[in-house]
Amino acid sequence: MAEIATLSVLPPTAPEDASTAGGGAAGLARFVARRLLRLVGSLLVLVTATFGMIHLLPGNPVRAALGQDATAAVVAARTHQLGLDRTLVDQYFSYLHGVVTGNLGVSIVSSEPVSTILGARIPATLSIALPAFVLVLLVSLPIGLSMALRTRHGRGERTRVAFIGVTGLVNSVPDFVWATLLSAVFVVGLKLLPVAGDAGFTSHILPVVALMLGPAASLSRIVRVEATKVLESEYMQAARSRRLPWRLLYLRHALPNMITASLTFSGMILSGLIAGTVLVENVFAWPGLGTEISQAVVSKDYPLVQGILLILGAMVLAIHLMVDLVLGILDPRSRIGES
Amino acid sequence: MARLRIFVRTPPGVAALVLLVGLLFLVVAAPTIWGAGAANSNVAISNQGPSGAHLLGTDALGRDVLDRVLVATRSSLVLAVLATAVGGAIGVTLGALSAVTGRVGARVLGAAINVLLAFPALLLAIFFAVIFGLGSVASVFAVGASFAPGFARLTQTLAASIAERDYIRAARLLGRGRFHIAWRHMLPNVSEPLMLYGTIHVGTAILTLAGLSFLGLGVQPPAYDWGQLLQVGLSQIYLTPAQALGPAGAIVIAGIACNLAGEVLADALSGRQRVRPLRPVPAAPGSRSGGTGLLEVRDLAIELPAAGGVVRPVREVSFDLQPEERLGIVGESGSGKSMTALAIAQLVGDQGRVRADRLSFAGRDLLAEPAKDNAALLGRNMAMIFQDPGEALNPALKIGTQLREPAQVHLGLDRRAAAVRAAASLRSVAIPDVRRRMRQHQHELSGGMKQRVCIAVGLTGEPKLLIADEPTTALDVSVQRQILRLLVQAGEREQTAVLLISHDIAVVSEVCDRILVMYAGYAVEDAPVEALLRAPAHPYTEVLLAASPDMATERGTPLPTLEGRVPGPEVELSGCYFAPRCTYADERCRSERPPLAPLDATRRVACWHPCNVPAPAATRADEIAASR
Ligand code: SF4
Repeated sequence: MAEIATLSVLPPTAPEDASTAGGGAAGLARFVARRLLRLVGSLLVLVTATFGMIHLLPGNPVRAALGQDATAAVVAARTHQLGLDRTLVDQYFSYLHGVVTGNLGVSIVSSEPVSTILGARIPATLSIALPAFVLVLLVSLPIGLSMALRTRHGRGERTRVAFIGVTGLVNSVPDFVWATLLSAVFVVGLKLLPVAGDAGFTSHILPVVALMLGPAASLSRIVRVEATKVLESEYMQAARSRRLPWRLLYLRHALPNMITASLTFSGMILSGLIAGTVLVENVFAWPGLGTEISQAVVSKDYPLVQGILLILGAMVLAIHLMVDLVLGILDPRSRIGES
Repeated sequence: MARLRIFVRTPPGVAALVLLVGLLFLVVAAPTIWGAGAANSNVAISNQGPSGAHLLGTDALGRDVLDRVLVATRSSLVLAVLATAVGGAIGVTLGALSAVTGRVGARVLGAAINVLLAFPALLLAIFFAVIFGLGSVASVFAVGASFAPGFARLTQTLAASIAERDYIRAARLLGRGRFHIAWRHMLPNVSEPLMLYGTIHVGTAILTLAGLSFLGLGVQPPAYDWGQLLQVGLSQIYLTPAQALGPAGAIVIAGIACNLAGEVLADALSGRQRVRPLRPVPAAPGSRSGGTGLLEVRDLAIELPAAGGVVRPVREVSFDLQPEERLGIVGESGSGKSMTALAIAQLVGDQGRVRADRLSFAGRDLLAEPAKDNAALLGRNMAMIFQDPGEALNPALKIGTQLREPAQVHLGLDRRAAAVRAAASLRSVAIPDVRRRMRQHQHELSGGMKQRVCIAVGLTGEPKLLIADEPTTALDVSVQRQILRLLVQAGEREQTAVLLISHDIAVVSEVCDRILVMYAGYAVEDAPVEALLRAPAHPYTEVLLAASPDMATERGTPLPTLEGRVPGPEVELSGCYFAPRCTYADERCRSERPPLAPLDATRRVACWHPCNVPAPAATRADEIAASR
């Protein structure tokens, strides 16, 4: 082809270069920095909330925890030990300092350091939350994408109705009820799986399944809707007008957009898994943070409650961060508007 | 409200209604009917399995489990409604506050709401349960508080969406205070979506409350709700599973009822209707008597599926396009011009049906072959440019990738050769700094530049035909000219024919050699630009010209307005489709449809009474029509 000369009719430097913010490696670095800064802000809110919680309680928290039988001297001693008799500002900064250095205080009930209790419980929670997290993504992306293909441009009406019905049904049942139903069938009825607690690999199965069912159903719905939007988009029409082979059409042009669009909405669903573990753990007497926190709230062990809420909250924020970072890498557009 | 009839018309709607009515009945009547059985303890029959007397068995104190589950409907649902109301009250107040606190306050509130929204409702509910304490009332407030961020965000969004409405501005101009405006003008206008959000959220509230009680942090004995019953039942699951399955089933039913109702409601409000795809027409050999044109279209018609059956956006279009010719298709929206372009590019999709006596491109009858056999020809020789370049470029792919592809796929070039070709075609549309541009994504370019990239993508193949559908409509006025000039120059340089589709007759006459005017799916006039501008023959063309500001000022006539609308694709008329709006319409026009017939050597028109023709010519047109 002959070299084509630049058209002279057009101004060579038309003032129409859109902002290049977000582009390139520097853009990515700036995005990550901004996003981390936001995380710090959210963490600060979280820490302030767990700190403030104990001071928003009506009455004396130590008295409430120790019960009416405790003598005034004991209460005073405990109050002093917990530092609750110092000024609020003083307490806030020593709490912040404690959080940063991993010193989360001492359990009122067991007198054990909170960080020790957390250290013992966190692995159990992660051992069901992480597999559920991965499985939700592994299950809902393929299901949602294949459903989008089967129901594109108004076809497969029956498939669509069946899909919406099934996912709607699965999603209507909350995780702790799934856990109850599953253990009634597989543990009590069929006696296939271990009773409760953490007794090796097989005891992970039901908690993980109970956790992931609802989120997987709602995420595959979202994936289908988003993927359908991509298939009906003008850029897919444009790509079709160029008669690209289906491999390029679907794998190169459609798939990345489908995945990023789905991920954009998945942060909320995936972080919901953390709340799910609290409930599901209680069904299976799982030795994680979830069983610990419900006991701690009932026994008014406030330092422990604070510590667990802090960790659970941090997990939620970590999931949001992860989703955003993955999106930022996959989709440069998502870096804009992150301020 | 009429749309709510969906609740009695569709099976899911009926199911939701039945379930909701059932639950409502239990809320009202269950404590009266089954209250005694639920409270009667009899330790002699504790923890029994299901029996005739106790369908779900008994609990540790010998109370009937089924009775307790039924009675618990009231506390479970009433507390949930209350919690939603509390959440709504707090959230809406917070959201409305940001409308009255000014810009800084709104930003701070917005950021705080954002942080809170990141956390799942149950975690927030646990947090608040610690502060408020345990028990029914406390849990209503805890769950309510956990819902507040969602309500607050929705209120903010809604308030922002109406902040610039006239009545808000008027109130502001009148010097009303911010509180007055928020309370009297904003909230009433956003209350409907808020109520809807609240209604749908009652389901979430039921589940969150049940979860809280299940953890032992909500309703406390002796009071009970489903969550509390489930907690108690679960401890006996090995002994009497029914004790856990009863409340679990109740939660499932309530969950399904709320979810179903929410979906039916959402469907009703989106007002979407299902359409059945049409069965495709099998490829059939068309009339082989082809001419020498690059593109030949004979009696093209398109049918699309619609709610009430089939609609016809394109009814009868015929024209030829010679190599290197530039033809413009003009018409209002609804004239079928874009669908015509899609049919030529074979992009109507398989739910629509394209029929034509002949639809040939570069000597090949497109409808005679299965679509995929035409792919190579079309991919290489036909390129399309769409209205909104921001939508037409793939946001996830680099500009360079999208430019290279046609050359790699259709010209068989390797990656490097394709990149060289891509760079050349970028340069040809006057984009400077080609190397950098190739690495960028579309969002980094301005609108005008995006459209130039689209044209460049089209030129990367070896197009014989460039179809541009409203290529300047989405662009800034300042760059529209450039894009049009680019199309002309690209056409001349690459010896490419151009099919330009536009609603704007001024745009088309600037670029094209010939113009085809379309109306209601018909080609109504086809003439060289000169002739058409000087003496439009079809009354519709005449009005189009007169209504176009650029054209009218040239002609020095006042701007008339075109009243009425194009008959939709669902309308079927026996006569001329323009008759309802035509000043010359008579009886014949209304009963008999005028065919597109030659007016002279270069012009064709579909009208019984063409204008701007010397008097005898009118009769001649009649003769021609009659002789057909
Ligand atoms: S046929 Fe009759 S109604 Fe139709 S455009 Fe001509 S004059 Fe008007």
